[in-house]
Amino acid sequence: MSAATQPSSEPRHRALGLTDAEYDLILAALGREPSGVELAMLSLMWSEHCAYKHSKKLLRRLPTDGPHVLVGPGENAGAVDVGGGLAVAFKVESHNHPSAVEPFQGAATGVGGILRDVFAVGARPIAVLDSLRFGEVAGSERSRYLLERAVAGIGHYGNSIGVPTVGGEIYFEPSYEQNCLINAMCVGLAPCDRLIRSAAAGEGNVLLLLGALTGRDGIGGASVLASAELGDGDEAKRPSVQIGDPFAEKKLLECCLELLDRALLVSLQDLGAAGLTSAASEMASKGGVGIDIDASGVPLREPGMEPFEIMVSESQERMLCVVEPERMADVLGVCEHWETLATPIGQITDTGLFRVLNAGELVAELPVGLLVDECPLYELAPAPPTSPLYPGAEPQLPAGAVASETLLALLRSANIASRRAVFEQYDPVVQSRTVRRPEQADAAVLALEGAGAIAVSIDGNGRRVACDPRAGAAEVVYECAANLACVGAEPLGMTNCLNFGNPEKPHVAWQLTEAVEGLRDACEALGVPVVGGNVSLYNESPDGPILPTPVVGMVGRLPEPSRAGRLGFVHAGDAIALVGRFCPSRAGSELAKLLGDAPAGRLPAKNAEAIGDAHDRVRSLVRSGALSSAHDIAEGGIVVALAECCLAGGVGARVHLPDGLDPFGEDLGTAFVVSGPPPALTGCQVIGRVGGDTLEIEGLLSVEVRDLADAHARGLDQLLAWDE
Amino acid sequence: MRFGVVRFPGSCDDVDALLAAGRVGDAVFLWHRDRDLQGVDAVLIPGGFSYGDYLRAGAIARFAPVMEEVTEFARAGGPVLGICNGFQVLCEAGLLPGALLPNTSLRFVFRQVRLQVADPDTPFTCACPSVLSIPVKHTTGRYHCPDPVRVVLRYAPGENPNGSQDDIAGVCNEAGNVLGLMPHPEHAVDPLSGSVDGLCMFESIRAHVGRHAAV
Repeated sequence: MSAATQPSSEPRHRALGLTDAEYDLILAALGREPSGVELAMLSLMWSEHCAYKHSKKLLRRLPTDGPHVLVGPGENAGAVDVGGGLAVAFKVESHNHPSAVEPFQGAATGVGGILRDVFAVGARPIAVLDSLRFGEVAGSERSRYLLERAVAGIGHYGNSIGVPTVGGEIYFEPSYEQNCLINAMCVGLAPCDRLIRSAAAGEGNVLLLLGALTGRDGIGGASVLASAELGDGDEAKRPSVQIGDPFAEKKLLECCLELLDRALLVSLQDLGAAGLTSAASEMASKGGVGIDIDASGVPLREPGMEPFEIMVSESQERMLCVVEPERMADVLGVCEHWETLATPIGQITDTGLFRVLNAGELVAELPVGLLVDECPLYELAPAPPTSPLYPGAEPQLPAGAVASETLLALLRSANIASRRAVFEQYDPVVQSRTVRRPEQADAAVLALEGAGAIAVSIDGNGRRVACDPRAGAAEVVYECAANLACVGAEPLGMTNCLNFGNPEKPHVAWQLTEAVEGLRDACEALGVPVVGGNVSLYNESPDGPILPTPVVGMVGRLPEPSRAGRLGFVHAGDAIALVGRFCPSRAGSELAKLLGDAPAGRLPAKNAEAIGDAHDRVRSLVRSGALSSAHDIAEGGIVVALAECCLAGGVGARVHLPDGLDPFGEDLGTAFVVSGPPPALTGCQVIGRVGGDTLEIEGLLSVEVRDLADAHARGLDQLLAWDE
Repeated sequence: MRFGVVRFPGSCDDVDALLAAGRVGDAVFLWHRDRDLQGVDAVLIPGGFSYGDYLRAGAIARFAPVMEEVTEFARAGGPVLGICNGFQVLCEAGLLPGALLPNTSLRFVFRQVRLQVADPDTPFTCACPSVLSIPVKHTTGRYHCPDPVRVVLRYAPGENPNGSQDDIAGVCNEAGNVLGLMPHPEHAVDPLSGSVDGLCMFESIRAHVGRHAAV
């Protein structure tokens, strides 16, 4: 959708998503009417997507400092020191609305975009993880289509560019039916001294555009797609979705990393939402300089593009860098080697202005500060909902089901069933670092040069957060850290993506505010800093908001990759122990969902000290090499966790649960099921033994492992009809 | 013993192949635009998506200048190993018979598979045991050839991931010095990855080159 196609009855600024009050601020700052190009630029820079105007104040509450932090929030990606002179840069970002319109390209370019964020700071992307949410697949052709195409799009981009997809999570809930969530996280590795910032500097230095031609893709994407609710008529928005070309990005990636290796750049920035406008103004703002761009110098994919289209195009696979004139020849040589187009399009000035020329004619002249810093930030008006937001569903399990029936129903359910049909579509091993991949452990493990390894995980749980946004969001952080503990890693830093509904509605504002408090609580309790992230608001359909879905990605370090933990039971005769203070509840649990209950009720109170102790204990045991397996107790409770250990190891177990323990209640991130030789578990709460071909829980159930496997393996396949 | 790993724009498993070959000998990259094979004893064409695999997998790469030299090298009896995309390139270049078609699932598939060594008398399998556990990862791996071919590797019964004819995972030319296979031996050389069964293929090449040099 372009400014030119707006009906004339509506003021231009409103059609571009600016409020009347915001437009008045612009008039006052400029002392004149903005030109069409200026208005297009301002409307995007002042959109929720670019300006974070409803979330920026809240995000300041999150802890961002820590002993390992090298780059905190505000850069393209945050980075932590992993030792040995190496830095790990990482970030999670959403591409929800584009994916709801065109799932293959939406998801693919979501991956492409987060990869660029990471190599923009000088890090080679070494892993992708993704967090996906769809409506219920069982009854929805649309949800199956979105899932199938989004997964194909993620695989297409990641596989083709040679970055392994090592982990992720997928959940299905009715509230995501119209508004799926596609969050992609990228993890990159760099020598600490190669990390680069995006601040432009040096009057007279050249602004060089690298990569793909500029076309009409994604025009208005930031304001039209990313910052308004979805409704009828989304087909008409299809031209706003960007098209990805992983081959172009592969060359761009290698080109940028070689430019940085040879120290040829002053600064580097990727082009994402709002294209050149956002990239150049952010660079100028951080460097305290001005920028002149000649729009007519930008190489175009299609003729006849207007300057405003060139300035806001979201064509993929482009980067912007600042180069000293005397290094231009060397820079162009590297670009030629990698067959990457490089075009000087402007220069750095000392004016503090963002000026756009078109074949010599001045078409925009805006103070950089007006674009980047002067968008009003809004106070939220949070209020708890007065009536339940999310209804229950048709029960899928009779209330009086016996425990074995319940266990099989849980293993078969879309939220717990094996994800093999999905992750087999991703390459998890390219780059030869992968030590643990999906279904081998609770977190992916990637070996580093020299010594040590990093562990990465991504988590979210909309149902539990819907019950209690503060406690639920904290639980997400605890669970992500628990995943790292299971492979022996200590968390170094966190990134998050806050997926919520319309923040102008008090109940969504309340969910968002409470969830940020919960994230802060848990980050402070565990000492994990937030080094970057993303906010995706207005995730609503006519049926209401999505479940509040903060997604957390974490990076940790472990000293010895050969001792990285595994999730499956291994040796018959090993003891099984419960580690941690486990206080399960059924609120928002997977069992509650199967019984048709709405996501409501109290979550267990958390004892942060006990959680930290349990994580420490499991981490130490894994690192010592004493354990055969470690698995955190998550969705479906302790019995599902035990079943998953049996499935991953292909061996049974005999267990006696502590008296009174709810077998299917949940208390995420607090407790673990571990196994090992009995002497290794001295002092632990031993609850059983590994062995046989049956999972037997005394007084509760006895199911053969092959029956567990059948339910678990085919759950998603059956729903999707993906059998070959 | 020196391996050369061809690098096209879009190659993804090039570094992996270099690391794997480097475990048994020296290894250098050969750039797609160069005509100089730098005196290597064996050529590896790695996996990935050369030139984006646009048009058809491997169809553009066969025209790269380096491929003229690789073809000469192969005609002279030098060992050439094409892995995944490299297999596709070798078929497109006419150095191997047959073609690779989209998987029957029409989807990318990653899976650890068991392979049977059908022909141990090649420069690539002479030091291999009879069964190997090696990952596959591809969208276009269904081998098809209307004529009889020299099969070197087969997927073990029930493990064919792509619908390949006669469970074929790898074939060589009549002379035996050019092998293409869809599985990735370079991803099974490190104990940390869970399998070291791929290493024997690189060791086979070293043994073959050593024998050849001694004659």
